[in-house]
Amino acid sequence: MKLSKLAVIATAAITMATPVLAQLTIPSLSYRTGAYASGGIPFADGYEDYFTLLNERDGGIGGVPINFIECETGYNTEKGVECYEATKGEGALVYQPLSTGITYQLIPKVTADGIAMHTMGYGRTSAANGRVFSNVFNYPTNYWDAASIAVNYLLDENAGDLTGKTIALVYHNSAYGKEPIRTLEALAEKHGFELTLLPVDAPGQEQKSQWLQIRRERPDYVLMWGWGVMNAVAIQEAANIRFPMENFIGVWWSGAEGDVLAAGDAADGYKALAMNGVGTDYPLFDDIQTYVVDTGKAAGAGDQIGTVLYDRGIYAAFLAHMAILKAQELNGVAQITQAMMIQGMENLVITEEIMAEYGLPGFGPEFEVTCENHGGPGLGAVQQWDASAQQWNLITPFAASDKSVINPLIEEDSMAYAAENNIELRCD
Amino acid sequence: MLYREAGDFKKTYAEDSQTFPLKLDRYGYYLILAVAFLGVPLLINDYWASAVLIPFLIWSIASLGLNILTGYCGQVSLGSGGFMAVGAYATYKLMTSFPDLNIMIIVLLSGAITAGVGVIFGLPSLRIKGFYLAVATLAAQFFLVWLFNKFEWFYNYSASGQISAPTRSMFGYEITGPSATAEAKYIFILVLVVGLAWVARNLTRGRIGRSWMAIRDMDIAAEIIGVNPLKTKLTAFAVSSFFIGVAGSLFFAVYLGAVEVGEAFGIQKSFLVLFMIIIGGLGSIFGSFIGAAFLVLMPVLLKNIMVGQLGWPGDLAGHLELVIIGGLIMLTLIVEPHGIAQIWRVTKQKLRLWPFPH
Repeated sequence: MKLSKLAVIATAAITMATPVLAQLTIPSLSYRTGAYASGGIPFADGYEDYFTLLNERDGGIGGVPINFIECETGYNTEKGVECYEATKGEGALVYQPLSTGITYQLIPKVTADGIAMHTMGYGRTSAANGRVFSNVFNYPTNYWDAASIAVNYLLDENAGDLTGKTIALVYHNSAYGKEPIRTLEALAEKHGFELTLLPVDAPGQEQKSQWLQIRRERPDYVLMWGWGVMNAVAIQEAANIRFPMENFIGVWWSGAEGDVLAAGDAADGYKALAMNGVGTDYPLFDDIQTYVVDTGKAAGAGDQIGTVLYDRGIYAAFLAHMAILKAQELNGVAQITQAMMIQGMENLVITEEIMAEYGLPGFGPEFEVTCENHGGPGLGAVQQWDASAQQWNLITPFAASDKSVINPLIEEDSMAYAAENNIELRCD
Repeated sequence: MLYREAGDFKKTYAEDSQTFPLKLDRYGYYLILAVAFLGVPLLINDYWASAVLIPFLIWSIASLGLNILTGYCGQVSLGSGGFMAVGAYATYKLMTSFPDLNIMIIVLLSGAITAGVGVIFGLPSLRIKGFYLAVATLAAQFFLVWLFNKFEWFYNYSASGQISAPTRSMFGYEITGPSATAEAKYIFILVLVVGLAWVARNLTRGRIGRSWMAIRDMDIAAEIIGVNPLKTKLTAFAVSSFFIGVAGSLFFAVYLGAVEVGEAFGIQKSFLVLFMIIIGGLGSIFGSFIGAAFLVLMPVLLKNIMVGQLGWPGDLAGHLELVIIGGLIMLTLIVEPHGIAQIWRVTKQKLRLWPFPH
């Protein structure tokens, strides 16, 4: 009896969607709480501020206002599913969960529901194969590209030869951290270096034993796939064992201000990969200042503007904006549907002129998405932390990954998925 | 006045020993069953199924399982998350190795496999008790999570270590996989919940349940009157693990569809189940349900009130939710240390006497 009473209260309390008028619904599955909030907050702020800017400055996209819905996931897959179910009925155009765990959860669901998902530089790497994954996109780059870009960078440092070197991978012991292992193993075979795997259990505050092992075995380089609190702890531990920072490279999720600031000067010289520009030296940020910050509409505390992950949130929102424009252009209507959004993403072209037109010149790589290739060109750069100036500097241009290694791996993994789930190949 | 046994005559032993001796209780139970089976499927949508009802039913099975071990047999366990993982990975391996096997059989087999694992980890309970046993089961929790992370065979050598459930159907309705409907998933789980609750209720009031309770109340005395502690404790571990394994199996295959062991079956899940039975009421079937409802439905309810109705920001609501749930747990335990089931029991007693309490 108590149960039924509870159900009645719950029914009364939970009201579902307001009627959908002309609007473009963008859900944001963000996490501002929990162990990963340090990464989730700036990204969510950037993502939201960009759409606020579009509403304030242009009245939406193509004249249709944006309905922005934020839902807190706490980086937790169950809450992620709840958020997805709560928002999908409102005509959500694209999901960007910023969590590899939630991505895996949602891949079959978005495919069944006909909604697009964009996992920029995270998620399931083999989703780059558009012939298998019809609704999932991971342009402009992915984890396996990241692994290859990092190794390419090390090859350059060593005049093209890594034979006999050892590289340790410190990784978050989850789907996210395990993603690059396969590629690194293939690359180790190709270039003759030795790979040591050092898993760190979530959330990653406890890494003493891993770094003790690094201290004992003295690998030439350390790569890191970390997120949230794990990053700051790892950099601090590396500083404690006096591991040379210039030989320590994080993936693009391990290279934000919050990760390095805690270690102070000891973090100087730490490197991380980058997929987009950093800082506020782009015309778009003037508009954000005028239309969003000065009018008091900035998301969150408004103190993240210009940080690495804030800019990545901006970039993610920018790519969604471009895809919506593409979909509107292709279909000749302003109020696009979920299916049109997928079409827009599949035909997305980003050029230098387009980035300059929208106030972000040189912010990311130029690329093109096709039906077969949902992963883009896989470009990335290396950035280095300057502790005295407290800023990240790009030290290489955007460079390509070793596709001869990655493409067969993507093919193999996606085909295995297709076989497991009886998926018919598209694009023929 | 309304709730009393006067006039409710029992003519046979069977009538006298039924689960709900009072007519009103019995009709209430039939009504709930009728609404759950016939009413809810007509109203349910994806949100209600995935966010509210399915998790509630699955956690009810898990807390029933732990209640058998901890509430009825007195063996504290912090390994529930690990045992749920065993159920989930058993399901995954069975689903991928035997694609033609019926999903219901897979779920029950996964429960049986978990029961076997539970018996192995229950062996220390013959030598150690109380806190020390809790630590031993804690070791099981960490060992099992490590095991499923470490050996690639368990996740079929996939690149990410994630396991995902392929589509399986029963009587032509898809039960697992992305295109399964909310109604089919809900009914499938509901059948299991009702069946397992019936089993639990009848086990606990029969000979086996009485021997569990004898061991719980005083193991030496129980041994003297002829209860075999080896058999009793291990059957409690086996039955409890069976329930928890089924819950883990459903959690993975029907509810989430894809899981990763560290995140889905970590130590926090063990605590969650333990909190459910402590709040709901140790040694009570009804308590298992009400505890699961409290800890699964309350966060969703609070979130919908704070974010959906009042329009507060999600992070503020997320933090407040922890505060409110924590406060409610403390309040419940101060007001009624024996759990919500005890409040219900006391209310019923008062109602039977009302309006003449003497």
